[in-house]
Amino acid sequence: MSTYTPHTSAEIQAMLDVVGVKSLEQLYQGLESLFVKDMDLPAGKSQQEVARYFENLAAENKVFGSIFLGAGAYQHYIPPVVKSLLSREEFVTAYTPYQAEMSQGILQGIFEFQTMIAELTGMQVSNASLYDGSTALADGILMLAEKKKNKVLVSEAIHPRSLEVVKTYLIPQGIQIEKVALENGRTSLSDLKAKLTPDVFAVAVAQPNFFGVIEDAAAIGEAVKAAGAGYIMQVEPFACAMLKTPFACGADIAVGEGQPLGMPLSFGGPYLGFVGAREKLVRKLTGRIVGKTADANGNDAYVLTLQAREQHIRREKAASSICSNQALCALTATIYMATAGKTSMKEVASQCVSKAHYLAAEMVKIPGFRLKYSAEFFNEFVTVTDAPADEIIRKCAEKNILAGLKLSEHEILWCATEVNTKADIDQLLAVLKEVK
Amino acid sequence: MSKYKYLKSHEWYCEECGKVGISDFAQHELGDIVFVELPEVGDEVEAGKAFGNVESVKAVSELYSPVSGKVVEVNEELQSAPELVNKDAYAAWMIKVEPSEAPKDLLSEEEYKKLTAE
Repeated sequence: MSTYTPHTSAEIQAMLDVVGVKSLEQLYQGLESLFVKDMDLPAGKSQQEVARYFENLAAENKVFGSIFLGAGAYQHYIPPVVKSLLSREEFVTAYTPYQAEMSQGILQGIFEFQTMIAELTGMQVSNASLYDGSTALADGILMLAEKKKNKVLVSEAIHPRSLEVVKTYLIPQGIQIEKVALENGRTSLSDLKAKLTPDVFAVAVAQPNFFGVIEDAAAIGEAVKAAGAGYIMQVEPFACAMLKTPFACGADIAVGEGQPLGMPLSFGGPYLGFVGAREKLVRKLTGRIVGKTADANGNDAYVLTLQAREQHIRREKAASSICSNQALCALTATIYMATAGKTSMKEVASQCVSKAHYLAAEMVKIPGFRLKYSAEFFNEFVTVTDAPADEIIRKCAEKNILAGLKLSEHEILWCATEVNTKADIDQLLAVLKEVK
Repeated sequence: MSKYKYLKSHEWYCEECGKVGISDFAQHELGDIVFVELPEVGDEVEAGKAFGNVESVKAVSELYSPVSGKVVEVNEELQSAPELVNKDAYAAWMIKVEPSEAPKDLLSEEEYKKLTAE
């Protein structure tokens, strides 16, 4: 089957004959007043000129040699096989798989994605993906909504951008959001227990949290369950490969940002939201779900399932307005995870942790640098410095190093991944030693 | 004289037994029913307001209560066998309500038949 089938002149003529006009222009008869006559466009440029124009524009970006910034988007190594498979035209041009007979390839790909996310989070069901980690958190919280309860507790250490999206989704629905305080960078169990009143329907916690700290997710889970509320964890995929899974911590729903799974930083997107849930919540899952069934001949076949819950059918009664997914990004993650396998996922996680800990341990040896929290962290940590954060960041940029995120005048959130070599890290430390 | 009274939205109410369900016309229009979402025992229901929903392969439809009151019984069988509604819509009752007031503005069997004949 050909990939693109334009109309031939003969076919166009046949259609014009049926309509009863002599030319395509005649179809616009009577609409001349709407035509824009003078667009004052400059003359066209040659392919070479256009290429040069965009190269110059791109050159205005500063591309750093070494990155120590995370805070929600992470630089990881992307094996070439990911881009190579992804650029197959069947995948790049595949549209919405509503017609199962035509879409077995992409449907199977999504089914594999769902399976991998369920395995990664320890959950029982997953969906075809959501827009990003922040909207996934908002949608996930709404999945736990109960008729007589209207409050949700959110840790102070949830990513600030995720919190903004959660507010956008929840406040217009009359849901109250209350924050749970931190203790040494971790969500405070005592504050949580004090705030777990009967009107709370869900508690949301990030693992690791925005400050890189590892939460005691299982203890939080126990407190949440004891209070009869739903438990949602926003997780980082590599952390899932190494820490106790959200399922094992008692979470009802696990959501997260899938960008680290083979997607480049791309200046903020496109990214990938994922969700895993306990089986009892399968009908509450927003977005698309791919299911496996058998065709007329008894062979494996894949279809979109549980569609009656989706927005295009339930309309204003739907749990969410999402009616799409991040198919290509989900496929990226699937290819990445299939390539990495459990072994490499754990290896990447391990390198992220050990490199971040090496960086932190060496950094605090520099006078004027200390860790804000003593709590155990994954691959990000916050420093408090005598020197202004701006000065540190500027000095790093001079040496082509992208420093961590400025949190305040004297605080920076640093990150290390498997991509940072020991030499890179030592180079950063050398620069930091020079900062006054 | 039929014991069933109806809402325009195709729910039936049996006053003498307090049970609520959907009509045969409704199950036929919906197609294969795959899930029925019902309230819990003790929940309050209000005449004309939704108390749950029924999901078929092609749609999810709200279930409206013909009467105000308290749910005293829920048909658990429908959780594992929602297709019972298609098999016999009148035997497959959904909830049993203890009314807080007499039901009003319900259609009689004849009036309902006329409505669905259109």
